[in-house]
Amino acid sequence: MKIITTGVAGTMESSDIIVRIEPKETNGIELELESDVMQQFGKQIEKVIRETLDELGVEAAYVNAVDKGALDCTVAARTMAAAYRAANSTDYVFKEVTKK
Amino acid sequence: MDITKIPHINEVSAFHGEYNPADCPVKSTERFDDRQKHSKKVLPSLEEAIRRSGLKDGMTISFHHHFRNGDFVVNMVVDQIAKMGIKNLTLAASSLTDCHWPLIEHIKNGVITHIETSGLRGKLAEAVSRGLMDFPIIFRSHGGRAAAIESGELHIDVAFLGAPSCDPYGNANGYNRDDENASCCGSLGYAMLDAQMADKCIIITDHLVNFPNAPFSIPESNVDYVVVVDNIGDPKGIMSGATRYTKNPKELLIAKTAAEVIEASGYFEDNFTMQMGSGGASLATARFLRDKMIAKDIKCRFALGGITGQIVQMHEEGLVKKILDVQSFDLIAANSLKNNRFHQQINASYYAGYLNGGAAVNQLDFVILSALEIDVNFNVNVMTGSDGVIRGAVGGHPDTAAGASLTVVTAPLLRGRIPTVCERVNTICTPGSTIDVLVTDQGVAVNPNRPELKEKLIAAGLPVTTIEKLKERAERIVGKPEPIQYTDRIVGVLMYRNNTVIDVIRQIKED
Repeated sequence: MKIITTGVAGTMESSDIIVRIEPKETNGIELELESDVMQQFGKQIEKVIRETLDELGVEAAYVNAVDKGALDCTVAARTMAAAYRAANSTDYVFKEVTKK
Repeated sequence: MDITKIPHINEVSAFHGEYNPADCPVKSTERFDDRQKHSKKVLPSLEEAIRRSGLKDGMTISFHHHFRNGDFVVNMVVDQIAKMGIKNLTLAASSLTDCHWPLIEHIKNGVITHIETSGLRGKLAEAVSRGLMDFPIIFRSHGGRAAAIESGELHIDVAFLGAPSCDPYGNANGYNRDDENASCCGSLGYAMLDAQMADKCIIITDHLVNFPNAPFSIPESNVDYVVVVDNIGDPKGIMSGATRYTKNPKELLIAKTAAEVIEASGYFEDNFTMQMGSGGASLATARFLRDKMIAKDIKCRFALGGITGQIVQMHEEGLVKKILDVQSFDLIAANSLKNNRFHQQINASYYAGYLNGGAAVNQLDFVILSALEIDVNFNVNVMTGSDGVIRGAVGGHPDTAAGASLTVVTAPLLRGRIPTVCERVNTICTPGSTIDVLVTDQGVAVNPNRPELKEKLIAAGLPVTTIEKLKERAERIVGKPEPIQYTDRIVGVLMYRNNTVIDVIRQIKED
């Protein structure tokens, strides 16, 4: 999946996460994460975002995420939605988001 | 007459020689109304009161926390002390909160070097958690503080006590009877012992009333000086009109279950005694219990503690016979203290004093408490947040938990992504051995040291599980949180109610 524009998904509500994905020239995912639960779950949230993008085949992107205590399934779902929007794609694969 | 001829006269105590009219003051012939305007206790300024109190470097000053987040007194007094160049003071408050952040500057400047309190919040708490003070903050429960003051171990040199009304001779009160819009806090329970035990006691008021300001919280015999200022606090920050009744379905579910636990526990019989916290679930429990009391036709002998409008309503309906009030949580409670004969104000020692065998907490059938965290050994944290930063107060938590026959902790299993039930709480405030039941929105856990209680709850059809299962359930939903990173430096010491160290708080590690 190629990121060609800016895609945003999510809200700033408690227990949600807002994920913003933008195109990047060079390969790799550059992730900026802010979280209310950074100390306890920062690494886990980052892992879920990176794995979700990896599964979608996103190889180059700037990702900015502001987390308000979202569960892993929410993090994955918001990341997917933002990536589809940033890729201008609607070929959604509806499925249950499983735990990382 | 030669008084030296009186047999044994020199053995009589408080004997000061022969009467001489010239030694005695000329009596005042003014009308009462004029006379009290010349009370020598009323001083023209806070500065003058501090000077006359003899406050010096290294002494201990005390404050109460009845004005909560509307308090102006602590900042006003410490600002004045700083201007006068006095340093190295111990600030021993019954509690501190968000509005006391200006103390940060006075700590940096060496005016305040030691703090004792029940709680700490906001910017000051953040700064302390990041290593602001050399000397760790000493956290005591209300009962532990009362014991330390009564035993003389916590010696107060000067108490600065804000009072919503006071007369020219120092009779002070938490309300007044002639201005509806003035500051009002109801009970002055946490100030009474300070007034009694401090070497010097200064009442700071914005409402000087005629003598006698009766009934009073603090009698004139405990007061040295009275200072009148423009404002002792912001009435809106001191208390709200009525404590809100929760609409949160999770809290209502917890409250309903907690009420059922109490009903099934064997302690819900005629003449029972209780304390309710001010948290949403705890308040709602009172309402469920009220219905059960009416259905069962039983009465409560006394309700203790921080008092809310909920308890007052039950008192006025005849369901609660007496109220013992160390701290009024809302205006309904404050007005009830003013108007209801059997709404009794009590001091911190009467409430929870560890050295006071008759302390009211020891007469409790049950108490409903809250928790930020509770671990698999039932230890409770009400002091540090999930990020390890100080943001709470010990209050009467350990005192009531130890005193009550049935101690129920109510808490949601999860707060956002943070589990409430964990392996080891960040900070132990109340030992698990004094907690009997945990009620969450996803099940009830009984302390293994109360098997008979567990059987009763199971027999009543309550959703009883184990605390380990609750912890696993929480982790299955949110994942396993990584532990908070601390440095080795100790910034706070938790004293249990007998003033032994039960835990410490360390400085948080910054990235």
